[in-house]
Amino acid sequence: MAVILQNRLVADDFWMMQVEADTAAAGGQFYMLRAWEQYPVLSRPISVFDTDGKTVRFLYKVVGQGTEHFTTLKPGDQIKLDGPHGNGFPDAQGNIALVGGGVGIAPLYLLAKELKKRHPDSTVDIYLGFSGQPMLVEEYEKTADRVTVNVGGFVTDDIDPIQYDVIMTCGPEIMMKVLYKKCVDTSAKAKVYVSMENRMACGIGACLVCTCKTKSGNKRACKDGPVMEGWEVFG
Amino acid sequence: MSKRLETVFAGVTFKNPVALASGTCGFGKEFNEYFDIQKLGGLCSKGLTLHPCPGNDGIRVWETPSGVMNSVGMENPGIQHFIDCDLERMNALDLVNIVNMGGHSEEDYLEGVALLNQYPLDLLELNISCPNTKAGCMSFGLQAEVARDIVRKVRAVCKHKLVVKLSPNAENITALARACEEEGADGLSLTNTYQAMAIDIKKRKPVFENLYAGLSGPAIKPISLRMVHQVAHTVSIPVMGIGGIATWQDAIEFIMAGASVVQIGAANFMDPRLCLDVIDGMEKFLEDNHIETISEIRGIV
Repeated sequence: MAVILQNRLVADDFWMMQVEADTAAAGGQFYMLRAWEQYPVLSRPISVFDTDGKTVRFLYKVVGQGTEHFTTLKPGDQIKLDGPHGNGFPDAQGNIALVGGGVGIAPLYLLAKELKKRHPDSTVDIYLGFSGQPMLVEEYEKTADRVTVNVGGFVTDDIDPIQYDVIMTCGPEIMMKVLYKKCVDTSAKAKVYVSMENRMACGIGACLVCTCKTKSGNKRACKDGPVMEGWEVFG
Repeated sequence: MSKRLETVFAGVTFKNPVALASGTCGFGKEFNEYFDIQKLGGLCSKGLTLHPCPGNDGIRVWETPSGVMNSVGMENPGIQHFIDCDLERMNALDLVNIVNMGGHSEEDYLEGVALLNQYPLDLLELNISCPNTKAGCMSFGLQAEVARDIVRKVRAVCKHKLVVKLSPNAENITALARACEEEGADGLSLTNTYQAMAIDIKKRKPVFENLYAGLSGPAIKPISLRMVHQVAHTVSIPVMGIGGIATWQDAIEFIMAGASVVQIGAANFMDPRLCLDVIDGMEKFLEDNHIETISEIRGIV
């Protein structure tokens, strides 16, 4: 069990929870979170927004019973953290674009920090798409070279894929698909990585409910992913 | 640990009567990263089919109050791949290796059994109860005479000990159980999931591409317990109880209803180590109540 340090509303249905945890997680990995005994039966897979080695921050969206319960938790309350799970985004260099939509912006924060730390000479641009109130833009600006915000439109319209060596994206499947097609249509050379958000049960690769059917065969979003190559999923 | 929990099922010794249910634990590899799975009595493999099966499209899991619906659709790498990559490792484990096998047709079942005949394993769990495939599987497990026919044909070629996994959707569970026994099954396991449904009211469409799915978890426990009770009091072959077991008390209930072994499925999703608490709790219950061996309370209700 881990102690909750902070849990606050950020914007609309989005909350930020900070939890004491001394585990190392990489951008794109997730934890299975549980703040109840038996019911709901399933834990909730939530991706890491940030970690400093002693605490982990989660940016989560309220979508149902489980995440709704999370919003009732107060500092000092306990939550069960299992993980980190999944592969996370790979290392990359050069001109890098990180494209997020909705709660899909969550893993890009830690990812940008890691990439800039490892490769100070690389350029990291972040594109954030919001359907409602924009959030955490200032925080993202501290991690990246440039942050482009799109509210109410299509964040994929704002990016010119030709400028980039690597594009990493997380968000609604349709957004990632449009982005991938745009890369293909513009003959961009950028390598595209997508993070798949499927409903999960075990979270450890045993139950096969989060399977993605890809060009390189069935992949478990929780264990073989959530990060996959764009061509595998949308090619 | 004492020998209080030791159980003999169809001539096979389980060091404790707790196994992981098919489809919730893969081939044991992932759970073994959490704890030594040799602490378990047994492990049921993911349901295998003769040919590799990609499983269903669309949403595969949906939560319900106290339960979970799934529509995985028998995704598996095929029997040969299992033999090449997992069987030897599973056999080397100090637990009962239960291989679950389904089929889309009679030929699938018979060829699959012939293939598995060439290799050692502890128990073959014949799956005639998965509700998530377009053809086969559960369609063999609804009517007693259809089940009788497939069990007879499988029994005629199967060299392994045969446990038939039954569907709670069967028209008459006791008649079907009796037919399996008469055709030479060494044991029965029940229940598989209950055919169920969810509708997305915004889209005005079913949640699952396969329309119906299988409901499991604590929501089904009282019904599965009733069926295990009925079947265990009808047949004289041993029974494995399955259905929503999430605590050691649940497991003891199934034993008292007549099950020799219990399988834990959906509750693994609450906590991958939950089965260890079940085993410890059962042991302590026997000790506290001065019960020397679990068989003393089997079927006492």
